[in-house]
Amino acid sequence: MTIHADHSAPETAVEDQAADVRTKFGISVEDYMLPARHQIQMVNPDGTLRPHDEQGTEPGHEYPTPSDAELMAAYEQLVVGRRVNDQNSALVRQGRMAVYPSSHGQEACQVAAAMCLSEGDWLFPTYRDAVAVMTRGVDPVEVMTIFRGDWHGGYDPKEHNVGIQCTPLTTQLLHAVGVAHAAKLRGENTVVMAMCGDGATSEGDFHEALNFAAVFHLPVIFFVQNNKYAISVPLSHQSVAPSLAHKAVGYGMAGERVDGNDLVALLAVMDRAVKLAREGSGPLLIEAHTYRMQAHTNADDATRYRPDSEVAEWQAKDPLTRMKSYLADKGLLDDAASNRIAEHAEAVATQLREGLGEEVPVQPLDLFKYVFAKPTPQLKEQSDMLAGELAREESAK
Amino acid sequence: MTVTTTAAGTANVSAATANAAASAAATAEATGPQSLTMAKALNTAMADAMRADSSVLVFGEDVGMLGGVFRITDGLMAEFGEQRCFDTPLAESGIVGMAVGMAINGMRPVIEMQFDAFAYPAFEQIVSHVAKMHNRTKGKLKMPMVIRVPYAGGIGGVEHHCDSSESYYAHTAGLKVYTPATVADGYRMLREAIDSDDPVMFMEPKKLYWSKDQVDLGALRAEHDAGTSTEGRAAVARPGTDATLIAYGPSVPTALAAAAAAAEEGRSLEVIDVRTLVPFDDETVCASVRKTGRAVVIAEAHGFASVSSEIVARVQERAFHYLAAPILRVTGFDVPFPSPKLEHYYLPSVDRILDAVDDLQWED
Ligand SMILES: Cc1ncc(C[n+]2csc(CCOP(=O)(O)OP(=O)(O)O)c2C)c(N)n1
Ligand SMILES: [Mg+2]
Repeated sequence: MTIHADHSAPETAVEDQAADVRTKFGISVEDYMLPARHQIQMVNPDGTLRPHDEQGTEPGHEYPTPSDAELMAAYEQLVVGRRVNDQNSALVRQGRMAVYPSSHGQEACQVAAAMCLSEGDWLFPTYRDAVAVMTRGVDPVEVMTIFRGDWHGGYDPKEHNVGIQCTPLTTQLLHAVGVAHAAKLRGENTVVMAMCGDGATSEGDFHEALNFAAVFHLPVIFFVQNNKYAISVPLSHQSVAPSLAHKAVGYGMAGERVDGNDLVALLAVMDRAVKLAREGSGPLLIEAHTYRMQAHTNADDATRYRPDSEVAEWQAKDPLTRMKSYLADKGLLDDAASNRIAEHAEAVATQLREGLGEEVPVQPLDLFKYVFAKPTPQLKEQSDMLAGELAREESAK
Repeated sequence: MTVTTTAAGTANVSAATANAAASAAATAEATGPQSLTMAKALNTAMADAMRADSSVLVFGEDVGMLGGVFRITDGLMAEFGEQRCFDTPLAESGIVGMAVGMAINGMRPVIEMQFDAFAYPAFEQIVSHVAKMHNRTKGKLKMPMVIRVPYAGGIGGVEHHCDSSESYYAHTAGLKVYTPATVADGYRMLREAIDSDDPVMFMEPKKLYWSKDQVDLGALRAEHDAGTSTEGRAAVARPGTDATLIAYGPSVPTALAAAAAAAEEGRSLEVIDVRTLVPFDDETVCASVRKTGRAVVIAEAHGFASVSSEIVARVQERAFHYLAAPILRVTGFDVPFPSPKLEHYYLPSVDRILDAVDDLQWED
């Protein structure tokens, strides 16, 4: 392996960046790093396009509208994502899945986070990001294995460059930084998408990850889905910063806010972020404003801490209905296309029902099989003990 | 010392939480034996301690309005206000580190780590400061704080929600480690932990939260007020003569079930509930082993370099000549805590305990 790049930023990094920004965008580095005054929003909740001068864009914070083809492909994934969320919640109610942290209401973020990446890029998801993982191409049944309770993970991270879904909050952000760093040292142009929630931004690892990414000038996009709650705790208890995107400037990276239920705006913002990161801008922080429509997981009771009226308010901002009317008005989505997409979503739901419905026999001896790359005598002894127990049980039958 | 709580602060508490407060108040008045869960006993212990001393504060993740993900702090914010029971930003190192500062400055924080494995971000604060402050300052600064940790498995929990992390803390000099196994001990031991001027890692077996018992809160309160202590006092959970089962926390009910099964086969097993891992009650445990001559230690945690290995070492150092057989252990395997569908193969079971008892070199 050849190491091409250098890790440390040059002595003049700060001045260089300021000069780059001035040439590229004609604005000061502070104006580049601070989020635009308003969140980026292109489509209204009723599906109408916002006038260009009301989309929140500013000099240096300009976002071209994604192509029709991209919008249609993303819409299809959006419909599939919603169907998957609802199917999984049903499987939990039927006792076929142990737990499911649904991204119902956040599907636009899920789809955009995966679709903006290229094949060689990496995605680091949380427990809530199953739809993003699927959108990246991972087999849906493999994604859900973790929630069925067979094993702590179900897919091969290297097959689609997707880290295992991570529960200890924000620990995965540092892994994202490491993957980007290794790629940079090898001279590869890999962009890494690092996902977390609003509550998670309070964890220490969030700070460390952003700082590392900035200091090593790495192409990492920190994508925060601000769904307003961390279990029961509202955002106001996590941070009193003007916005989570404003945290970027403190690390020396650019931040932006986007309507997280507006797939058009999300794709525009994320596509540009990936492009900038790939061109060498260093890391970026994007905060998407969305809402966790359901309880934290099936084990949680959201009525204890938030009013129904708030949920209803967000229901009216649903990402699916918005995108659907936008595309229909634009003449891109006719009945035939709608039906085809609905069929695709149904096919994935069926795949999940069938894949998760069948009882897969667990392999007790797998407990010992993967702990180490090079097995130890102690684990061999314990494995033999369990095997003996199982054999005795079998012969007693 | 007075901490002023504003009534306005509690105005936005939901009806559910207000009901919980009412039920807490009802529990507070009840006398005579009543059926209570471990969850309620722990909740009542905190409420009683908060009523008795305004420097007792409860904070952590989701402990306020929600009452904690296990509802152990249910109703505390409604009764005591948002200044004494509150949610923090989501950061465990922050929670423990702030508690250290509060303890330095006259408070008695009772903090909650949401799950065993989510206490790890706070490990540095716990090991480097909570455990050492008293020693570094030659006792000038005390650390009267309780770090509550729901721990261990048996509930079909997903990854990071089932760790038995007690050995990390027991291994750290300067931390006391309590783990109740009965409803009454839930109340007793948490009150004592809050009273303690030493930092206590209070390990709550989450699978026992909903276990019920008949307990008399009035009697428990009187016991508390009389200064009765469980620290360093193991309990004989079931008397017996042939062998001793040494267990703690989540493994105590399993050991009791094994002893009941053994009794049917004519073998009398004594069950010791260790109760506080640090300090350890050598006397009670060794007295039992000297009497029976045989012992099995049971723990959910991995066996290697663990509390269970410490117990074996201590007992054989002190009671070697009384032993008719090596002390055996039934523990979790030395593998990461498995997924829900596999945990059954990992956890110590009645059968495994009985097999170990059979292996204690019975001559006849
Ligand atoms: C280090 C750590 N502490 C606590 C938890 C328990 N926990 C799981 S999800 C969650 C809330 C996270 O909220 P947020 O980051 O906003 O993401 P969301 O669940 O809303 O998607 C908490 C407290 C955890 N997983 N990891
Ligand atoms: Mg959130």
